[in-house]
Amino acid sequence: MTSQPAPHTASSMSTSMDEALLRSLTPSVLAVLVRRGADFAAAEDAVQDALLEAVRVWPADPPRDAKGWLVTVAWRRFLDAARSDSARRRREDRTEEEPPPGPAPSVDDTLQLYFLCAHPSLTPSSAVALTLRAVGGLTTRQIAQAYLVPEATMAQRISRAKRTVSKVRLDQPGDVATVLRVLYLVFNEGYSGDVDLAAEAIRLTRQLAAQVDHPEVAGLLALMLLHHARRAARTAPDGSLVPLAEQDRGRWDTRAIAEGVGILQAALARDRLGEYQAQAAIAALHADAPTADETDWVQIVEWYDELAALTDSPVVRLNRAVAIGEADGPRAGLAALAALDDSLPRHTAVAAYLHERDGDLTTAARLYAEAAHKAPTLAERDHLTHRAARLNTHRDR
Amino acid sequence: MAKYLLLKHYRGAPAAVNDVPMDQWTPEEITAHIRFMHDFAARLEKTGEFVDGQALAPEGAWVRYDGEGRPPVTDGPFAETKDLIAGWMVIDVDTYERAVELAGELSAAPGAGGKPIHEWLEVRPFLAATPAATECPHS
Repeated sequence: MTSQPAPHTASSMSTSMDEALLRSLTPSVLAVLVRRGADFAAAEDAVQDALLEAVRVWPADPPRDAKGWLVTVAWRRFLDAARSDSARRRREDRTEEEPPPGPAPSVDDTLQLYFLCAHPSLTPSSAVALTLRAVGGLTTRQIAQAYLVPEATMAQRISRAKRTVSKVRLDQPGDVATVLRVLYLVFNEGYSGDVDLAAEAIRLTRQLAAQVDHPEVAGLLALMLLHHARRAARTAPDGSLVPLAEQDRGRWDTRAIAEGVGILQAALARDRLGEYQAQAAIAALHADAPTADETDWVQIVEWYDELAALTDSPVVRLNRAVAIGEADGPRAGLAALAALDDSLPRHTAVAAYLHERDGDLTTAARLYAEAAHKAPTLAERDHLTHRAARLNTHRDR
Repeated sequence: MAKYLLLKHYRGAPAAVNDVPMDQWTPEEITAHIRFMHDFAARLEKTGEFVDGQALAPEGAWVRYDGEGRPPVTDGPFAETKDLIAGWMVIDVDTYERAVELAGELSAAPGAGGKPIHEWLEVRPFLAATPAATECPHS
């Protein structure tokens, strides 16, 4: 884990200052405030204020000790807010508010923030938003833009999330699996608007991997790196999807692949397999093939079997049918597919592909059109419509 | 974390239970209805689920290209058009079940007699831009 790809920065913050450094300091600054006795919600607001202040001040007047500067400014903001809050409360003579919780122990503060922001009492969308803000240091506006919702909606989502976790004490070790699920969701949101969430997910997972020694954390980081390495080749300049077999492998990021494979091998050597390691192993086998024809599909099927044993997900079973179709021929793939519920998302798309491979172009064209109708994303719909049109055009000549 | 369109129709939806045209309600019933819609949107903003809400005028024109250098042709409105959209709300929710739950609440907006309209709302998922990388490893 030496080479660190430059994170994509949010343009609204892209000044001469080191935004990556600023953002990487966010959770530890927040942890200091919480350790000093600030309640989580107020401390988080104060840290956001300090980050915005840094963006304003640092380009002209960079601090010598970045973290020290942030802690000082954030703590001052916290005290100011607490003072005006208590003054207001005295004025209004309100006494029903609970006092803030006492100092929390300092075991691995940053790690505890990850657990808190992914707490099981939060809905997935709340956990994602809170993680991006409190651990990732993104502004509410950036998170709102990334998820294409109004800023006011995102602000409410985050403050509700903070209220939900405000009663959680930061002294219990959390479940790392909940954190990984949140980071996986962020990664899969990809790229829309100003903020590259895939790159952000990689940064946060890398930061987590530095905090906790866990093969699944490493597995998820490897999985992200291996998929991210292919991103430039996955879409054509017009935004259309390029299937794996047709991708220009020269455009894959070999440095990210090497890093992902290295991290994965070290994780697998510990012999505590989990679903992220198994998914990463499949991605690594694809990344390892110099051409699509040289893909080791037999080994990929074996990994899908491992994965199916670890997680009974319809996505896994469908992708396994595709792999069987490549390893043992399209008829075998269709047989594997026949065992699955045909209402599964993308079932028709996989059937169309396997029939095309089997040479039944009439059935394939019909199924591609049907799959396009049911596609869950715009890019898939366009891709499937193209496949149907291509087969129909060729057949009619 | 998926967006849904809750679509309200002037025409084209199955008949509501409390199916009285709005111009035959009392002014108080109309006020109560409008307040319900505002409150509903405000509540969704508080839960962090609101994206957009718009109402449409019932009458519009049909427009089409009429060839190079010519102005577009306009026509209509056509009274026989089966489906007429009245407005929508866009929500961003964690599950399909939540989208259905909210549509059910919106359908309870008060109408004639102050009673719920029970109108049929259409729930349509948005297509996301691109598939999740890890879900489609062969793309």
